[in-house]
Amino acid sequence: MSDETLLSARGLSLTLGSVQALQTVDVDLWPGELLAIVGESGSGKTTLLNVLSGRRAPDAGAVWYRDPAGRLQDVHAMPAPALRTLHRSDWGFVHQDPRQNLRMSVSAGGNVGERLMAQGARHYGSIRDAALEWLEQVEIDPARIDDLPRTFSGGMLQRLQIARTLVTHPRLVFMDEPTGGLDVSVQARLLDLIRSLVSRLNIAVVLVTHDIAVARLLAHRIAVMQRGRVVETGLTDQVLDDPQHPYTQLLVSSVLNA
Amino acid sequence: MIGYNFAYLDEQTKRMIRRALLKAVAIPGHQVPFGSREMPLPYGWGTGGIQVTASVLGQQDVLKVIDQGADDTTNAVSIRRFFARTAGVRTTTHTADATVIQTRHRIPETKLRDDQIIVYQVPQPEPLFRLEPSRVETRRMHGLADYGLMHVKLYEDIARYGQISISYDYPVMVNGRYLMSPSPIPSFDNPKMDRMPALQLFGAGREKRIYAIPPWTEVRSLDFEDHPFRPINAPHACGLCGATDAYLDEVVTDDRGGRLFVCSDTDHCAERRAAGHVGAEGMKEAAE
Repeated sequence: MSDETLLSARGLSLTLGSVQALQTVDVDLWPGELLAIVGESGSGKTTLLNVLSGRRAPDAGAVWYRDPAGRLQDVHAMPAPALRTLHRSDWGFVHQDPRQNLRMSVSAGGNVGERLMAQGARHYGSIRDAALEWLEQVEIDPARIDDLPRTFSGGMLQRLQIARTLVTHPRLVFMDEPTGGLDVSVQARLLDLIRSLVSRLNIAVVLVTHDIAVARLLAHRIAVMQRGRVVETGLTDQVLDDPQHPYTQLLVSSVLNA
Repeated sequence: MIGYNFAYLDEQTKRMIRRALLKAVAIPGHQVPFGSREMPLPYGWGTGGIQVTASVLGQQDVLKVIDQGADDTTNAVSIRRFFARTAGVRTTTHTADATVIQTRHRIPETKLRDDQIIVYQVPQPEPLFRLEPSRVETRRMHGLADYGLMHVKLYEDIARYGQISISYDYPVMVNGRYLMSPSPIPSFDNPKMDRMPALQLFGAGREKRIYAIPPWTEVRSLDFEDHPFRPINAPHACGLCGATDAYLDEVVTDDRGGRLFVCSDTDHCAERRAAGHVGAEGMKEAAE
């Protein structure tokens, strides 16, 4: 592992009304690493994800991203066009609800190809080839390339969203509860898929989940959040097998076989 | 004429529209908002075009108005008469004689010159309007030149129909920067916009937008490298004048399946016939 972080955040604070959504949160992410942010609902996980990805500005603190040229970029000081370019090429965002990200009236192939076309791909044949290849990668029958997403099942939609996100080979993907709302067998298959894709393509991931089991299966490192603070952070096995903070202990003990 | 302002609009309104026009010419293809006025014709009949024409018209101008290529349809006749009465300008049906041409849905077949202005009536200035419902978002997309979505639409067409199925209002890139709706002209006319010597002005009255293409500006129809842009026209010759290089209208002539293809540009067709060109229909008549 390189000693240079891909993404680091220092002293992130954000107040939403009377709620301290984030209190001096620090995050570091190295290339190819999968970091899980766990905690109960309302603990600020999704807010943190939005701040890290530049979708929401913090009250205090900064997020730094090392671009492919090796320069550090202050995510919240970047001009809007640069941030948008980053979001559609080098970064990806996987939502809990794939309908938020997918275009439901556009075929599966069009959905996968959109990021390529946004980057300037202008060859129909090669866009289609890339779409076919990615459908295969996420285990969707390539024969369904021209079908509309509304004819897809929940698990297929989520896999389609992943294909759409990964088609530009991003270096960093933010995932917000990617397995939420899916039944257990579908979840297991999806987790397996995410794990193999992420390790094969060497993608760094910030994964938000309330499911400790998901974190254990996927994450290299884990950060536990409670009321806007990161109360414990460390290697996944270490944190889950030997939790130090009382809240982490509670969280771990409340899950069977975690 | 006494007691009325020249060309219907008051001078302050014209001044406002001319400022919008200047800005539009300075940023080719960019939609400039303007304070569209109530005009004595309904939205969708050319309220935007008529305001732009009123603002650029001078006493020495010669005006031509066409609707779907024809000089003799209701819309064209009414707007031509409107300016004849409110501005007292000369009007014509000959493309070559006109200095200002207001048009709906066509570009004349006769090549325009650098001393002419063409004003398009635009119902919907936003090319992304069917794809992205939010205007805030489309403005952001224009601002960031983020036009992947438009290509998604073209991709979908090819995936579904094997070709790009847009036959009119075919989206164009202006000067390599702004995605623009060419107004509902047939895609057949798109190539005429590229590096046209005449100034092209677009007015959308209901949507309160003005945009423009300065003379000699590059206008490129969107396409894929392996599915290049292809203008669509009926594979026939004009029944009246025999033209094969003009855009054709299909006219149903009886209730037994009879049909006739004729030039949609009536002035072009009449000029060709005056010059002695005869189509299949004309030969039949001569034989009878």
